[in-house]
Amino acid sequence: MECVFGLVGDGFALVAADSSAVNSILVHKSNEDKIMILDSHKLLGASGEAGDRVQFTEYIQKNVHLYEFRNGIPLSTAAAANFTRGELAQALRKSPYSVNILLAGYDKDIGPSLYYIDYIATLHKVDKGAFGYGSFFSLSMMDRHYHSGMSLKEAVDLVDKCIVEIRTRLVVSPPNFVIKIVDKDGAKEYAWRETIKDAEEPTA
Amino acid sequence: MARYDRAITVFSPDGHLFQVEYALEAVRKGNAAVGVRGTDAIVLGVEKKSTPKLQDSRSVRKIVSLDTHIALACAGLKADARVLINRARIECQSHRLTVEDPVTVEYITRYIAGLQQKYTQSGGVRPFGLSALIVGFDPDTGVPALYQTDPSGTFSAWKANATGRNSNSMREFLEKNYKETSGQETVKLAIRALLEVVESGGKNIEIAVMTKEQGLRQLEEAEIDAIVAEIEAEKAAAEAAKKPPSKDSLV
Repeated sequence: MECVFGLVGDGFALVAADSSAVNSILVHKSNEDKIMILDSHKLLGASGEAGDRVQFTEYIQKNVHLYEFRNGIPLSTAAAANFTRGELAQALRKSPYSVNILLAGYDKDIGPSLYYIDYIATLHKVDKGAFGYGSFFSLSMMDRHYHSGMSLKEAVDLVDKCIVEIRTRLVVSPPNFVIKIVDKDGAKEYAWRETIKDAEEPTA
Repeated sequence: MARYDRAITVFSPDGHLFQVEYALEAVRKGNAAVGVRGTDAIVLGVEKKSTPKLQDSRSVRKIVSLDTHIALACAGLKADARVLINRARIECQSHRLTVEDPVTVEYITRYIAGLQQKYTQSGGVRPFGLSALIVGFDPDTGVPALYQTDPSGTFSAWKANATGRNSNSMREFLEKNYKETSGQETVKLAIRALLEVVESGGKNIEIAVMTKEQGLRQLEEAEIDAIVAEIEAEKAAAEAAKKPPSKDSLV
């Protein structure tokens, strides 16, 4: 029941993901961060088989860093997206990765962009995208309320609307979500939306 | 390919590996490079041989980053350096991927030295013709480190060292003048060592400073010129102080 969705706003791109790590009927943890900061100006939100998710995204992250050290400049968002898709495509008919990815980035000359990359190596540049059962609700919500050039406040409001829909209508909906944004100042965590908090640390 | 698997590096009757020694010769012909370890920074300096007028000097970077906290300068065959640097960069990321920790300076030095040694004991290949100065801060302890490798694959840690052209003069200077320094003093010491063998001026020297907070920072030509001017002024003052006092004071 993993949910990842994202959208492009005015000068920024946003990715939201649920934070539950589940194994059949057991919830391992509710604060798993599924949105990896790929480099200073890129976010990689991933959902899918837990082992594949971490393995694959870390592999992409290290190779993106390697490119930066070799060439003295970072990869563009489009290049990173195509590289990711290429790796998925190569593995597809050997030993496929079961990972769905939303790659958000900010390039100085192009601005913000969002790429939809699914587990069979489909690649689309999109304004809004979503994965998982939650996508039935979040995509419909975004179709209704999204317009290009949304401000950060408008976008986060839309994300909150989507989260409300997922919480109300999805049978086993994840309790917590994390929202990360990337803009000209870099990629960073924006907020958490929690209904289940971990137990407070006992104070001295 | 039967003809190409004969070892090139073989022992001589008196126990020398001539190919390795010839590689060291190649290093001795390479540009001068110096490394100085301070308490909070490590400085790398390289001699910049005169740039041809039409060459874009920005494309010739002699001090490179291997990772956010590790840098390398070398003397010798630059093309061999490119290969080693590429392998080291891959290893830095691979290490991060497998153990979720950045490399220590000693680890990556051992890796590079191991690679150099492999090529002295394989068929159909020749040793890498370069000595590398590897600097960085260990990720957990934050301790600064300077290591040197050579074509034979040996490596060791140093407080300050030089390699390449006239490295002996530079090393002698460092042995006489080394003391624990920090910040700008470390930079000055490195430049002073280089100036022993290089024509003075920002045009002929490339300096980079590695700090824990900022990583590797290449100094601008203007900055280097300013420090060189300071050093020259200090030298002149020292000379004047040595001379017997005369009626018209020179300082």
